[in-house]
Amino acid sequence: MPNNPSDLILVDQLSKYYRVANKQPGFKGTLKHFFDRKTFDVPAVTDISFKISPGEIVGFLGANGAGKTTLLKMMCGLIHPSTGLVDVGGFSPQRRQAAFLKEITLVMGQKQQLIWDLPPMDSLYVNAAVYGLSDHEAKVRINELADMLELGEELTRPVRKLSLGQRMKSEILAALLHKPSVLFLDEPTLGLDVNAQARVRSFLSEYNKRTGATILLTSHYMADITALCPRVICIHKGKLFYDGDLDSLANSLSPSREVKVELKNSCSSDQFEKYGEIQDLNDRFVCLLVSRDKLTDVVSNLLTDFDIIDLEISDPPIDQLIGKLFIKGEVN
Amino acid sequence: MNRYFKTIRLFWSTAFASQLEYQLNFLIELLAMLGTLLGSVFILSLFFTGGRQLGDWTWESALVIQGVYTFLDGLTNALLRPNLTEIVNYVREGTLDYVLLKPIDSQFWLSVKKFSFAGLPEIILGLYIVFWAAIKSGTSFSFYSLSVFIISLSIGFVILYSVWFLIAASSIWFVKTWNATEVLRALLAAGRYPISAYPVILRFIFTLVLPVAFLTTFPAEAILGELKFNILFFGIILSSLFFIFSRFFWKFALKHYTSASS
Repeated sequence: MPNNPSDLILVDQLSKYYRVANKQPGFKGTLKHFFDRKTFDVPAVTDISFKISPGEIVGFLGANGAGKTTLLKMMCGLIHPSTGLVDVGGFSPQRRQAAFLKEITLVMGQKQQLIWDLPPMDSLYVNAAVYGLSDHEAKVRINELADMLELGEELTRPVRKLSLGQRMKSEILAALLHKPSVLFLDEPTLGLDVNAQARVRSFLSEYNKRTGATILLTSHYMADITALCPRVICIHKGKLFYDGDLDSLANSLSPSREVKVELKNSCSSDQFEKYGEIQDLNDRFVCLLVSRDKLTDVVSNLLTDFDIIDLEISDPPIDQLIGKLFIKGEVN
Repeated sequence: MNRYFKTIRLFWSTAFASQLEYQLNFLIELLAMLGTLLGSVFILSLFFTGGRQLGDWTWESALVIQGVYTFLDGLTNALLRPNLTEIVNYVREGTLDYVLLKPIDSQFWLSVKKFSFAGLPEIILGLYIVFWAAIKSGTSFSFYSLSVFIISLSIGFVILYSVWFLIAASSIWFVKTWNATEVLRALLAAGRYPISAYPVILRFIFTLVLPVAFLTTFPAEAILGELKFNILFFGIILSSLFFIFSRFFWKFALKHYTSASS
């Protein structure tokens, strides 16, 4: 399949199988495992295809072990695909040519590359040398990124004395030193508190706007995905489950919306049954699920039929929807 | 090439800085190094008092071998051990991913990332013993004999490095390799004595199968001006083959690298 110049990343019918061996519990199992190891292939990723344009921010969703990380690592060239094709900016990632590696970067939330005993600054200059940046270029670049990440004297303090949030920001700085145009982020906000997560998020979105870099990220935190990724790719048990924008995912998953009403007087459930499915009813508060096409009618009827103090319409929380999606996938 | 030199400089200056970060530990390391040094000198003094011949080597020329051994042991402590025993951790913790994604040769990165300055005194002492003992045994140096010495020393080091790296690289499959360090140490220790001090069968094995002779005996012969040219030639080819094989094996191993799961 020829690569359209407007596509930066092309993934075509990509699969990866891992050869694993199971060990039975106990001493006997251990002996058996040692002498007569039975191996079999376990599919981690099966037959996945998609395209990504330059400048996009794409979120990869999936339960633990769904194959997100394997997919990400095949795209940055760490894992050789079993079958299928990956093309990133015209390169075949698994060949790991220098020209390709200078264009990409990988940040892993649970693995660090900074030298533990030294301030981040030392590691940064090592990285700069590896990427062939001059000391001057490195300095300008570090200042620029430190500014965006709100890092100051933390860069001259030993990494082991930094908080997790400061460390993660330093890791991101180290990963972006060479101006990569494709960012692979595997759980970049793992373990961070809400504020630190928000700061990493706003940095990524600003970086994307300023440099036009393409960002691919996986996260367990739905907030990361909703705040950053207009497009999501859902992986379930190694298969592509959904590829599209987040809003229409929510629409297709949940054709109805939540209508929360606060009434002047208390009411009973039978008064509301004709408007929609009652989610919750508590004295003067009612929460209804109303299908989208009936929404305007129902709301205007409610307003005429009752004395209403407050009315709120919202989508059900996305992480609940995703949870539902995966349970649905299980049934299918 | 320039980039590689600058990288080594930064690797080693950060390695030095990390060693200094823990003052007490650095002090202890210095003391340990002093202990090792005294140990080597003690063993050497045993040679002095013995006055026996080892194989067809006089004790002065056998001392040259001790010097070469001390030098290689120092180089091992400074460079090989800190780096190559670390490879298994890179694999187990999955930080090898970061190394593989750098636009620099990964074997280069893994082989020179660290430098332990505690090995330095042994390196200096080793060279000192080599020259002192060589002079004692009545050798006169020439540009030629010094060049041959440096070349044969490099041959020994490259062979030692390649064998060690091969074993370390196999951790890609086994994740936890057995403590290969000890095996290689024993191999190097076998080179403390002239190769001709061993029985014929061992002599054969140490020259052709496990090239211990190339590590210590041949460099010592080189400085004493006794090394035959065809052995030097053979050594260059053998060490090149070892090195090429280690690179080939590493590339092959990486094809099987699955990267530690998240």
